[in-house]
Amino acid sequence: MSDTSFSREYLQRRSFIELSARDRAKCLFDSGTERELAGSFDRIESPWLPMQDVTPQADDGCIVMRGTIKGRQAVVIAIAGAFQGGSIGEVSGAKLTAALDLACLDNEKGIPTSAVLLLETGGVRLQEANLGLAAVAEIISSIVALRQHAPVIAVIAGTVGCFGGMSMAAGVSSYVVMTREGRLGLNGPEVIEQESGVEEFDASDRTLIWSIAGGQQRYDQGLSDVLVDDDADKMAKTIQELIAKGVPAVHRSEQVDLYRSRVAALDPSRQWDPEELHSWASKKKEKNL
Amino acid sequence: MSEFTGIRGRAWFKALTGQESSIQGDPPSVLTTDALIGDDKGRFLCVVPDPGGRFPCARRGEVGLEEAYTLAARVREVTNADKDGKKRPIIAIVDLKSQAYGRREEIAGIHLAAAAAADAYATARFAGHPIVALIVGQAISGGFLTHGYQANRLLAFDDDGVLIHAMHKEAAARVTRRTVAQLDKLAETVPPLSYDVRDYAKLGLLYKLLQVANPQNPGASDISLVRGELIAAIQDARKGSRDLRTRLDSEGARSARKASRLARARLEEQWKEQAFTTASSY
Amino acid sequence: MKACWRKIVEQFEFNYPAKRKVPKKSHVGVVGSGDLEVLLEPAEGPEAAVRIRTSAEGFKTTWRAVLDRFFSQYDGAARIEINDAGATPGSVLLRLQQAVEASER
Repeated sequence: MSDTSFSREYLQRRSFIELSARDRAKCLFDSGTERELAGSFDRIESPWLPMQDVTPQADDGCIVMRGTIKGRQAVVIAIAGAFQGGSIGEVSGAKLTAALDLACLDNEKGIPTSAVLLLETGGVRLQEANLGLAAVAEIISSIVALRQHAPVIAVIAGTVGCFGGMSMAAGVSSYVVMTREGRLGLNGPEVIEQESGVEEFDASDRTLIWSIAGGQQRYDQGLSDVLVDDDADKMAKTIQELIAKGVPAVHRSEQVDLYRSRVAALDPSRQWDPEELHSWASKKKEKNL
Repeated sequence: MSEFTGIRGRAWFKALTGQESSIQGDPPSVLTTDALIGDDKGRFLCVVPDPGGRFPCARRGEVGLEEAYTLAARVREVTNADKDGKKRPIIAIVDLKSQAYGRREEIAGIHLAAAAAADAYATARFAGHPIVALIVGQAISGGFLTHGYQANRLLAFDDDGVLIHAMHKEAAARVTRRTVAQLDKLAETVPPLSYDVRDYAKLGLLYKLLQVANPQNPGASDISLVRGELIAAIQDARKGSRDLRTRLDSEGARSARKASRLARARLEEQWKEQAFTTASSY
Repeated sequence: MKACWRKIVEQFEFNYPAKRKVPKKSHVGVVGSGDLEVLLEPAEGPEAAVRIRTSAEGFKTTWRAVLDRFFSQYDGAARIEINDAGATPGSVLLRLQQAVEASER
């Protein structure tokens, strides 16, 4: 890259989503406290990808880092969206679950440890199908176990978004942090179009996609707790604040009666304008950072 | 194939509980009842097709918004009721197409609905409820994650009508740019890709494969066999850990999930080492 | 997901003479479309060894040429592993240089 002239303001803002998964994880810690576990040189690769003509990655696209955030113990697990669409395979899934379980054990031993999940993922890796799906079930279980002790923060920042089973992992987390660039949904647009037809969902309609699953919308309808600019420093500060806040009194996915009654009040005989659901947002939301 | 989804679910729900109705106020697509299983009163749940359902994309046995929140509510009802008493078993009868694929569903946050159901099951399991999933038909993708996959013990019929997978075969072929025949061929050497429940059993995730003579119209001997296996699985779940570790420690997992076990062992080792170095540096 | 049915992951190994020890290991890159990851470590013996795994078939001579060029400038006794997802020769050289910089920083 050549030294073309960027504005000073632009240069001072360090993009979070342009960082590699490893650097995203790193920038959240108190400088120098982070250590990567089961990293690239441990070479725990997917055994299934080479059988299917796909080059594996030495860390299977899952980075686990441990250290302190504002002096508190934390583990950050970053999925690399650039490798296989951030899909969850056997190894990446096992690393995620193990990291959550180890944090849970530390909490039980009296060492408060929070978890931050940087989710850039389309969901289950199809080349590892059933082992990916099983891994997602285990990830969900381990989040539910850990969040009793310490907050589990799901961050959906990059343009890959968070889809498939991993959107459920975000759903059971203590907090969901998004950027305007991030998207959150169970089914990606292509899958819906394929399964239910183009009249149900036109996957080429970018405006439609962002109006439904984009960070701004998810925040406006109360399905995301914080909306952050694409800025590494602001992201780090947000994470610090949420960790300091601790475990919420009630998790969103525990509020079954509330959401059930909201769904009951919807009129499914027509398609909706996503803005109609802004009424769901509670008034005491995080300030827009 | 898919038009038959739900027939088995309903048949087995009826066979094991003597009922086939929903709780008043619930959508007809979620069957819930309490019935005797051994000495226990167990809660039975099943998602079935409802052609008259409110949401057009969730009428053929998919788990949609209403189904997911109903499951969550009916599971939480049990966890709350048994808070201070004996934790009753929860039996998820699984025969479902998938999650619902629709625009309304996405707008209303079906990921949260699905999460709420999985959360309710996991919370019940951690509270000490033995949960058994009885897979009698299809168990696909987000639908299975929502209903069944959080169980302590997974039972499935050894039958061609049983399908446990991350994606329907035709869709998987399209996405991976292969033909269905190529996918089947590849699955012979890559077990997690297989659509055959016998290959699934090799992954070490299942507690047991059950031999049932007539999975669609169960007779008395089938019912008594399945009932016995459910009771055994419940007892085993009560004795075992409340997390999902058995799926990684099973004999099958020791070979099929070797990489998972290695990743976990390495992380545990380095986590401990790091705790040691941090402690000694002070 | 562009998993093409006929392709296999190809593996090549090349060796080059080296003159000096490598200070420390380094890792750069990602196995994403048109990119690659490089794992560079100090080697035991007096030469450099490169192992390449790539899903782009039939480029052995190209790899040889790219590495010849790289090792005309680099004399570290490194063990280098490359996991490639179809990177161009330019990207390969860039990633190798980044890995070297990171290992000597």
